[in-house]
Amino acid sequence: MRYTVSSVAVWLLILLAGISSPVSATESGKDLYQVYCWQCHGMAGDGMGVNVRDMSVQPRNHTDAKEMASRSDEELFKAIKEGGQAISKSVLMPPWGGNLNDDEIRSLVAYLRELCQCQYGGG
Amino acid sequence: MMAGIIKSGMRTRYSGRFIWVCLLLCLPLLAVAQEQAPVSQLLKDRCSSCHNLTGPAPTTLAALRARKAPDLFYAGNKYKQEWLVEWLQAPKRIRPAGMLYVDHIKASVDGDVVDKASLQPHMSLDADTAKSVAADIMTLKGGAALVTAGDYQPGKISASMGEMLFDKFRGCLACHEIEPGYGGASGPEMYTVAKRLQEDYLISFLRNPLAWDPRTFMPDKKLKEKDLQKFVHYFRGLSEMKF
Repeated sequence: MRYTVSSVAVWLLILLAGISSPVSATESGKDLYQVYCWQCHGMAGDGMGVNVRDMSVQPRNHTDAKEMASRSDEELFKAIKEGGQAISKSVLMPPWGGNLNDDEIRSLVAYLRELCQCQYGGG
Repeated sequence: MMAGIIKSGMRTRYSGRFIWVCLLLCLPLLAVAQEQAPVSQLLKDRCSSCHNLTGPAPTTLAALRARKAPDLFYAGNKYKQEWLVEWLQAPKRIRPAGMLYVDHIKASVDGDVVDKASLQPHMSLDADTAKSVAADIMTLKGGAALVTAGDYQPGKISASMGEMLFDKFRGCLACHEIEPGYGGASGPEMYTVAKRLQEDYLISFLRNPLAWDPRTFMPDKKLKEKDLQKFVHYFRGLSEMKF
C-alpha cells in the first residue's frame, strides 16, 4: 500500500510539473521590448521598426532624451497599458494591458528610461 | 504494537487523502488532455519537428521565441480544409517577417527591414499527401470551448468602410498587410485570411487573442462585438479582390 501510495504521488507530481506552466510569469523589460515593441519602435528603439513603411504616424523615438524626458513614468505606463489614444496620441500605439501585467509594464517603463538615458523633467 | 497499528492506520488514511487531493488537483489537466485529439503518425512524422501538435501555446517569452511555426493543436477549429490542401502543395509565406519577426529583421539605413535570407520555406507536398495531411490536421480540435458555431453572421461592409475601421479607427494596418506589399510586416497578411481561416475562429480570436495564444504580440484591443462581425465582413471582401 505504502509503495502504491508513494508511486502514485510521484507520478502525479511528475504529471503536474510536466504539464502545468506559469501563465503570468514576469519577464524582463528588455525581453518584453524586443517581442512587443521592436515591430514599430525598432531594434534600436529609434522609431524605425520593420512595420513603419506604410504608417501614417511615426512611432516615438525612445532614444530621444528631450522628448522622453517630457513624459512622466505614469504617462508612459498609461500609454503602454491603455494605448496611444489614452494620452491623446495615435491609435497606432495599441493598448498592451491585456497582454502584459502591471509589473511587466513597469519593467518596460524602466527599460525606456535606460534607452533614453533620461528621467522625467531631466535631460 | 498497538501504537504501531494506529500510526500505520493514520498513515494510510492521510495517504488516501493525499491521493484524493492530487486527483482533484489534476482534474483540470485531465480536462485539457481530453480536449486534445490523438495525433496521427503522419503528422508526427511530417509536422511535429516545427509545429506544436498537442499544446499548450507558449506562456513565456522563452517558449514564444522557441516556437518555429504556427501551433496546430487547435488547427481543426482554425483552418479551412480546402485551403490547407491547396497551400500544402504550393506553400506561400503568410507572415512577411516569419513566425516571429524578431528573428527575421535587420537594421538598414532606412530603419529595420525583413532579413529575407533568414526565412525558411515551408516544404511542399504532393496532392495525395497534402489531402491526407490536411484531413489529419483538421482532427486537431483544441480550443473547442472558445469557438461557437454560427458566431459569425454573414454580411457585408464596403471596402472603404472596412479599411477605415481596420486602419484609421483600430490601427491594425500597422502590423498587417491588406494587399501585397502594403501594410505592416510583423503580423500575418489579411488579404488571404478569410480564405485560410474559419469565420467563427476569426470572431473568437479577434474577441480574445490571448485566450488562444497567451504570449502573442497581437494586442488585445477589446473590440466591440458588432465590430468583430465587420472585421470579418471586411476580410471576406478582401479575399475576393484580385491583387
